Amino acid sequence: MIWTPLDTWIVAAAAVAGAACALSGSFLVLRKMSMMGDAISHAVLPGIAVAFILTASRASGALFIGAALVGILTAVLVQIIRQYGRVDHGASMGVVFTVLFAIGLLLIERAAGQVDIHPEHVLFGSVELVPLYTIRVLGADLPRGVVVVTIALVANLVVFAALFKEFRLATFDPELATTLGVNAKFMHYLLMTLVAITTVASFEVVGSILVVAMLVVPGATAHLLTRRLLPFLTVAVVVAISAAVLGHLAAIGVPPLFGFEDTSTAGSMAVVLGGLFFVAFLFAPEHGVVAKASARIGLRVSILTQDVLGLLARVTEGAAPTSTPRTTTDTLREYRRSPFRRHRSGLRLGLTLLRLRGLVRQRDGRYALTGAGRDAASRILRTHRLWERFFFDEAGVDLSELHHAADYLEHYTDADLQGALSEELSRPVTDPRGRRIPE
Amino acid sequence: MSVDTSAARPSPAAGDASVSRSDTALRVADLTVAYQRKPVLWDVDLAVPAGVVAGIVGPNGAGKSTLIKAVLDLVPHASGLVEVFGKPYRKQRSLVGYVPQRESVDWDYPISALELVEMGLYRKIGWLKPVTRAYRTQALAALEEVGMADFANRQISRLSGGQQQRIFLARALVQDAAVYFMDEPFAGVDAATEKAIMGILQRLREQQKTVFVVHHDLETVREYFDYLIMMNMRVVAAGRVADVFTPENLRRTYGGRLTLLDRAVDAIGGIRQ
Repeated sequence: MIWTPLDTWIVAAAAVAGAACALSGSFLVLRKMSMMGDAISHAVLPGIAVAFILTASRASGALFIGAALVGILTAVLVQIIRQYGRVDHGASMGVVFTVLFAIGLLLIERAAGQVDIHPEHVLFGSVELVPLYTIRVLGADLPRGVVVVTIALVANLVVFAALFKEFRLATFDPELATTLGVNAKFMHYLLMTLVAITTVASFEVVGSILVVAMLVVPGATAHLLTRRLLPFLTVAVVVAISAAVLGHLAAIGVPPLFGFEDTSTAGSMAVVLGGLFFVAFLFAPEHGVVAKASARIGLRVSILTQDVLGLLARVTEGAAPTSTPRTTTDTLREYRRSPFRRHRSGLRLGLTLLRLRGLVRQRDGRYALTGAGRDAASRILRTHRLWERFFFDEAGVDLSELHHAADYLEHYTDADLQGALSEELSRPVTDPRGRRIPE
Repeated sequence: MSVDTSAARPSPAAGDASVSRSDTALRVADLTVAYQRKPVLWDVDLAVPAGVVAGIVGPNGAGKSTLIKAVLDLVPHASGLVEVFGKPYRKQRSLVGYVPQRESVDWDYPISALELVEMGLYRKIGWLKPVTRAYRTQALAALEEVGMADFANRQISRLSGGQQQRIFLARALVQDAAVYFMDEPFAGVDAATEKAIMGILQRLREQQKTVFVVHHDLETVREYFDYLIMMNMRVVAAGRVADVFTPENLRRTYGGRLTLLDRAVDAIGGIRQ
């Protein structure tokens, strides 16, 4: 793998395009209209085509204007069809953008003889060719694609920085925004214009599929990872730039390892983008699959160990600290009432976990609570019996139902709640059956 | 049907010329709203005096929320006039505060409770300008007032339903409006929040604000409100609670769904479709 200045320009173009898409795309994601990016990015084609035909040039600013106008037209048509056409937002977008896209294709076909434009260029882009077309900017020869996407990125940065709080409000609650003097319609069409400009600028650099990916995936990833708007946008931009860099590295670095030619950079970037999202999906600290699963497992473990402790506390209650249970009948009765009657492996696992934590010790095949274990067990018994007292006194729950109700809540009761419960009940010393509530 | 009770009310808080010009906080005339050609509000007339806490009650689908949204220009009206203190609503926007239904927004949105409350100050802050520390302090004070200061930096999805409702109210408080519209603030809240909302209503009443509250629980009407709008597509009755909260009006509001008017509306819908 050899990194050349050409590679730097390719990555720069894709990274800047990605950052621009990630910014406007984040607001689409937050407004729950991600597919509007898809719709607009396809629907602008007739705008581009007409601009080409009128000016017979690819470099003109007319292209931006044409695309932006059709972008807004798309948003307006989608709104009108949804309002009066008795269809949902998705169907309305589907109708508008496919028709406009097809019109664009026809126009380009007609014009292909006169101007240098091909549908493939518009659709699939050609990031590898970015360094080849240069224009003079401020006395330096820069790749045209890089200049164009930089303009789009600057437009995004300026608008979102200037109207940060207005977008924060109008994206969260458009109706409230309108009553507060931030016209939600204006903000909506401003966003649509930005999306149109951004997608058109990014098209020839990275192609339409990667544009849609860069609009949606960074925002979706940021949603998993952040809880504030500014970090949200920052993470989205970082994800887009990382995908550009890693995607190009993968495109030129990975296939040769297996004896193949370089692969498509844009395709590789989109795959990396998907990979980054998947990593966040799995490992996000709060919303990730792993975090949720481990929280669930943690809860089950704590319920299991508390149940075992509760059982041990009940069978050893009243007996001398180190001796065996009072009678076999008592032990059996408590055991049958415990959740372990139907799953003895749980009991064994719970005992093992408790032994590892030093709350239970084992001697000659017999289990006994340690000092710390007795304290923990008393706390559980206390919570359980306080809840029984509460349900019996305050809610009139029947004696036979008490155990179940209390059994559930005891796992979710921390020291604070336990204290409050005791105060509420005027510090009772016995449960409804007259058994002692341990201190 | 127009019920005028604007007489014999003290003038609202002085100091704001546009407020003191009229004793009628909200005047609605001939307001009709239709979704998909089917009318949901039919010829609504109202004249509500300044300084009252007004409940808006009626069965599901009676158009209570739609009335608020039509007044706030959030749904297009087929016809009608809305005046706030004697001038069209559009000219009086800065005098009006809105508390939407809690379910109407996405609570996963990445902002904190404090940032949500700050939104109520955006009009005062103005376009393009950032939220400065002075404004932040105001928002914090409002959070304090609704007992939510400890949660200022919490992301809004990590609040309970009642807490979410309270930060909505804090946002309305920082607006310092003359007229408030609250869409079901009491829906599904805990006892602490209910008490907090009642305290806020009481305080707004003392400050001579006018408050409209869409409400479901008929048992608390006498306790919370001094003015009542009973509606079922049209206004059945509006006036002092003591005058209009009668069994007869309740029956006309809630009972006998298939009134002559309903039948007429169904017939119109059938022809147009």
